[in-house]
Amino acid sequence: MAEAEGRVMSVEGEFSLLGTTAALFEAPDAEMTLQTQQRIWALAREAQEWDEVLEAVPGMNNLMLAFARPPRELAQLRERVLQAWSCVKPMTLQGRVVELPVVYGGDGGPHMADVVAHTGLTIDDIAELHSTPLYPVYALGSHPGYCYLGGMDPRIATPRRKQPVLRIPGGAVSIGGFQTGVSASPGPSGWNTIGSTSMSFFDPARDMPALLQPGDSIRFRVEKVIR
Amino acid sequence: MIEVLGAGALTTVQDRGRFGCLRWGVGTAGAMDSMALCAGNILLGNDRDCAAVEICVFPFRVRFGEECAFALTGADCVAKLDGAALIPWSAHVARAGQELHLAAPQAGPMRASRAYLCVAGGIDVAKVLDSRSTQLRGAFGGFEGRPLQRGDVLRTGATKRAPGKAACGLGLVPPQVALPLERDGCRAIRVLPAAEYERYTPESRASFWSGEWKITPQSDRYGYRLSGVGLQANAPMEMRSHGIVPGVIQVPPDGQPIVQMRDAQPTGGYPKFATVIEADMWRLGQAPIGSRIRFVEATWDEAIDALDELDAWLAEAQRHVSLHAGTGKTAA
Repeated sequence: MAEAEGRVMSVEGEFSLLGTTAALFEAPDAEMTLQTQQRIWALAREAQEWDEVLEAVPGMNNLMLAFARPPRELAQLRERVLQAWSCVKPMTLQGRVVELPVVYGGDGGPHMADVVAHTGLTIDDIAELHSTPLYPVYALGSHPGYCYLGGMDPRIATPRRKQPVLRIPGGAVSIGGFQTGVSASPGPSGWNTIGSTSMSFFDPARDMPALLQPGDSIRFRVEKVIR
Repeated sequence: MIEVLGAGALTTVQDRGRFGCLRWGVGTAGAMDSMALCAGNILLGNDRDCAAVEICVFPFRVRFGEECAFALTGADCVAKLDGAALIPWSAHVARAGQELHLAAPQAGPMRASRAYLCVAGGIDVAKVLDSRSTQLRGAFGGFEGRPLQRGDVLRTGATKRAPGKAACGLGLVPPQVALPLERDGCRAIRVLPAAEYERYTPESRASFWSGEWKITPQSDRYGYRLSGVGLQANAPMEMRSHGIVPGVIQVPPDGQPIVQMRDAQPTGGYPKFATVIEADMWRLGQAPIGSRIRFVEATWDEAIDALDELDAWLAEAQRHVSLHAGTGKTAA
């Protein structure tokens, strides 16, 4: 157990505040794994029932607890979260596999050159490495229907952009650090867009508004590579 | 019904926000100044969460299609009804055909930037995912999921009382006046340090508190991009994406912080330096582009007390309006 730079770092995980609006729990694991994510899903299900929690929102190996009303006694909540984390077992979710055809590079992939420059790989290599894995949906976030995916090949990891781009189109396939995803509607983004696809990920009129849920998976198919 | 005769960009229908949908990637949206929204609804005898029109680009003009009680809160925009001046932070009654005009917010050291037009019964747009707030990114909620424009016709909801029974003649003292918060002549905003705070250099941490931060023109309902002495991390950080909320102050690698506002994405991955306390989000929501703010560190207890203070202000406003309605000329 270590006290690193004033943050409470421990094998138990980290608990921090997002003002008085929410708290954040981050799993301690060095590697981002599906098994850890399955424990996050289990923790979310448990925490959702707590009085002070309005919504338990899974992220990538972390969990945000949005407060119904922030608790006066913060230490109790922290203890409760860490205690629950030490007990939860991985929760497997059975889902669907959705295949998405992707055009890599070209106008639909304006930051491909940055990924090439950072990784030293060719556009073909990047398309190949990006379309090989079956990506489990870890969590939804960013904007309505957007999926955070696990399982990207670390060889194509590329840091987020120094300045966010003000608008990328819906269907943009992008890489941010060790993660990849597909934007569900036009908007700003700090990630590197390497290709494009088309799919309707969200419809608020449906009983289940989001097309994909944690437990589902995405497979990218190379439709075309523009060099 | 109300017809929009002239609206600048980014005039939207908002209630307090859409809650419980973060897990689908749906941010909360909602009024940038929730105190002004709630106060306007209180003046009209509405539920506090009724939807209103949030206006931040002026002039703004509407015509009332029928007799309608309304309240103006937020920025004082020299409002006129058919040319007659209206008192801000109070309720009024418009007759069918009358036109309401809002000009640019009054100048002054603590100028506000957003006005709210509340109507008796609230703006009656369909609830989507249990809220009437406009979700700009998802293009749903509010009026057709988009900002208002000339020619749009808004319906008003059913009311419990006749328009003439609104608490006309009663004005509220704006929270900005009743609960001021300044530091060295600047609007002050209280924050709690966030997870990555300690991973910034001591000089950066010191300058965050001591410096003034200018709200740049690249600021909107999604976020305020600030400019000031850049914040330098001890080492580059690449974070895992996680949930964020309005108020989170992220620092992209260029060191110029971005404060997430009501249309914020529900997740992010830039390092978090601090978070504006919920009780001060309305203050920041009123800070105009080009103005300067200062950050003040709050303790957890102070931050919770500040929420109680807002609740008390709203309860007191409610009490005033109830007393006025019970004894005023409009009693049945």
